[in-house]
Amino acid sequence: MIDTISILNEIKQAPYKEITISAPHSGRIEFAVDQIGTRVKGASGTWFERPGTLLARLVREGNPKPVYAPENGEVVKFHDVNDREFVQAGTPLMTIRHFLTKQEVMDIILKKALHLFNAPEKGRYYFVAEIDAKIKSQGLRSVSVKEGDEVLILSRMKRETTIPYHGPQGIIYTSYFNSNESVEMGAPLFGVCPEDQVKDIKAVIDKIQSGWEEQE
Amino acid sequence: MDKVRIVRHPQRVCLKDILENVYDNYTEIGGQGEYSIDPSMIIARAYITRNVGKKTYKQPVMVIGQEKGHGEEFRNGGSVKPWGNAKALEYMKVAETENIPIHSYIFTPGSYPVEDYPGAAQQIARNIYAMAGIKVPVVAVISEGGSGGAEAIGLADTRIMLSHGYYSVISPEGAAAIEGRSSASRKASGKLVENCARQLKITARDNLEMGYVDRIVQEPPLGARPDHFEFYRKLRQEVILATDEIILSIRGVKLFRAIALRKLNNPKIYVRWSLSTKSKERLVWRRYQKYRGLSRWAFEDSSTGFQRFKNFALETGWSIYSFLRYEFFGRHQRAITHLAEDVQGEVHALMDRVTHRFSSLFKKLPGVKKDREDVCQLTTLSTWEAGMSWNEHCRYVSPQANQDKTLTCPNSRKSNCLDLWAPDLFGDFAGVCSHCGHHFPMEYEWYLFNIFDSRSIREFNAPIEASNPLEFDGLTHKLDKAKKQTGHKSACMTFEAKIKGIQVVVAMLLARFRGGSVGAAEGEKFIRAAEQARRKHMPFLAYVHGTAGIRIQEGTNGLLQMPRCTLSVRRYLESGGLYLVVYDTNSYAGPLASFLGCSPYQFAIRSANIGFAGPGVIRETTGLDIPPNYHKSFQALSRGHIQGIWDRREIRNNLHHALMTMGGEFLYYR
Repeated sequence: MIDTISILNEIKQAPYKEITISAPHSGRIEFAVDQIGTRVKGASGTWFERPGTLLARLVREGNPKPVYAPENGEVVKFHDVNDREFVQAGTPLMTIRHFLTKQEVMDIILKKALHLFNAPEKGRYYFVAEIDAKIKSQGLRSVSVKEGDEVLILSRMKRETTIPYHGPQGIIYTSYFNSNESVEMGAPLFGVCPEDQVKDIKAVIDKIQSGWEEQE
Repeated sequence: MDKVRIVRHPQRVCLKDILENVYDNYTEIGGQGEYSIDPSMIIARAYITRNVGKKTYKQPVMVIGQEKGHGEEFRNGGSVKPWGNAKALEYMKVAETENIPIHSYIFTPGSYPVEDYPGAAQQIARNIYAMAGIKVPVVAVISEGGSGGAEAIGLADTRIMLSHGYYSVISPEGAAAIEGRSSASRKASGKLVENCARQLKITARDNLEMGYVDRIVQEPPLGARPDHFEFYRKLRQEVILATDEIILSIRGVKLFRAIALRKLNNPKIYVRWSLSTKSKERLVWRRYQKYRGLSRWAFEDSSTGFQRFKNFALETGWSIYSFLRYEFFGRHQRAITHLAEDVQGEVHALMDRVTHRFSSLFKKLPGVKKDREDVCQLTTLSTWEAGMSWNEHCRYVSPQANQDKTLTCPNSRKSNCLDLWAPDLFGDFAGVCSHCGHHFPMEYEWYLFNIFDSRSIREFNAPIEASNPLEFDGLTHKLDKAKKQTGHKSACMTFEAKIKGIQVVVAMLLARFRGGSVGAAEGEKFIRAAEQARRKHMPFLAYVHGTAGIRIQEGTNGLLQMPRCTLSVRRYLESGGLYLVVYDTNSYAGPLASFLGCSPYQFAIRSANIGFAGPGVIRETTGLDIPPNYHKSFQALSRGHIQGIWDRREIRNNLHHALMTMGGEFLYYR
């Protein structure tokens, strides 16, 4: 049994993740950010079309390739690389500390606490009629599944196939798909947790929703 | 700028007020308040009652115009969406069928720049193209005439302007944003906006002086308001007068009425507003001539007197030759050829049966060898197609290929493209990424050397020079710089050339000359090229290396090129020409919404961007965020704006193929 409370406490001890920025290929590095503590921003825009803060330029064969910040955060460390020095591919350049958002914390906990059932192939998915009717009347967490149960229907190119469930017995805690959108192969469809843990998980999630303070 | 504020005042007179007070009765078509396909465009069938002598006449008109409303949100400030313009076009055609005049009222700051089907630019182009040949009189009344939105219903035989209105290529704020290179976060200063408004010469008086409107209707000192009934009376008089004038100028029996119209202030005469077939032709021809004569003073022509005489003599010679060759002899020749073809076909059908019968009998004779041609075709080598061998004169080395560096493909993150070495990319790969097929921009010279047959390019009208007709601050300097940089005198290069032996007339918009923007000089060159293609019976290719739109610093002089060029293109197409448009790099705004967008055959080079307004302008005017691939050629293809996408490396073959397959029997290049 997973102790979600202790996972949350562990995250609270260090409510961030550290991202190491490495050289994507060899070249001469020219830093655009050179101060520890500099705030950086990740890609933004509806389609993430606006790149993040420019961290450095990696010049190879006269081609200055930009290295952008992948997430919002703060530069906490510069590795042992001098400006305008030649670096090999994979050389760590700097470390960015990204403070976790509410959603990210919830995702980490749910990922650890739930058993994720992934899409076996690309297509549109929907629940079988009995489960769908139950979800509509009593909610998602009323559905209990066990190994071999027919839970989903995969619809692709006018072909409909029933998908059996594989995994531990439990109830469906959350679903990640919309029946009118195509799901890529391997993407999570729903998460299952043992019946006795539902209360704990819910309590932790509520705690995060109400109490987590997001840091910039 | 005060005039702009008056025009935008919520209490300013709007189209509904005009329909109520200028016309005697009306029925609004396809709309009731906000329940309309586009509430910012109003269509109405109305009539005007005239008492002449003891008789009363009811004269029907089709009223089309943008409706700003008095502050209603759903009217969108008179900014019409593509489907609103489509509705206007539909009812213009209805008016044509019913043979009644059109009165259009322009109350728009500009068109709504969304690319939803068929796209803002494409719809405006369709409207202008249709209006260029519409066979009923059109009277336009301009209150707020902003850019393409105004032109969509503004190509009229007579243009009347309200004294406090403005008619401009762009709003003063837009011009200031471009001039001051400001962005959404950094607005242009009030002083700059004021300065731009003054320099663009957008007022009624300015436009009358330049010849772009025919007359002005005086408004009360602070602009017309809904309760200014004297203004409506004046406006009614003017629209009736304008319609009468157009009709009488093309009608046979008119002597006394024409004099009365000219001499008297409010003559009590009656003119029937429907037209005969002959009058309709005269009307369209008169419209063409009217627009052809506009803005001729707005560019410089540095050719000498001798050159002009030579050009004139050549043009006349070609016109006479063209008439004799294609009209006079051609018509008879065609009739004879068609007859000969029919006779030949009949003879062939008869002889085929006879010879077949005989040959089968003959082959059965002993000692006669069977035909082995099919075997020969399979066993012998094929030969090179004529003209396929590499010609040394065609070599062109792009300056981009002379750099020892690598470049990253913009799609590298998605397609894992490897870096490309500039000499390879621009020298051997024609600027095309060898991994994903992304096309990097190439100079126009590359196309000159790689599309057309070597040494076949003959430029004409090169001395026509872009100038600064409004004496806009800094434009002369910028133009001089562009001229020096490119070696061309305008952004349009016109020439005759051959593609695999097929002679074509080409008008090329050069992206390097002020972004390929179109002003009076470029418009004139484009028109002359279309005329040359018509005169010489050649296909006409508009190769758009890039265009940023109409040159805003030329104000209305630039804007007028939209209807002018479309009229000439329509004339060319109607006389049987083949008009092809090829877009490269970035093509936006006015030219697309008129003379380029009206072509039935538009193609794009892969990785080109095509649209009405850029992403920044769309965000600022509509508040919508658009996806990064919104203007890509593949999107334009799926919207139905263009008809195909070509690979740059195949463009010569594709063009040749297009010329061979799309050239109808009216083209004489074969």
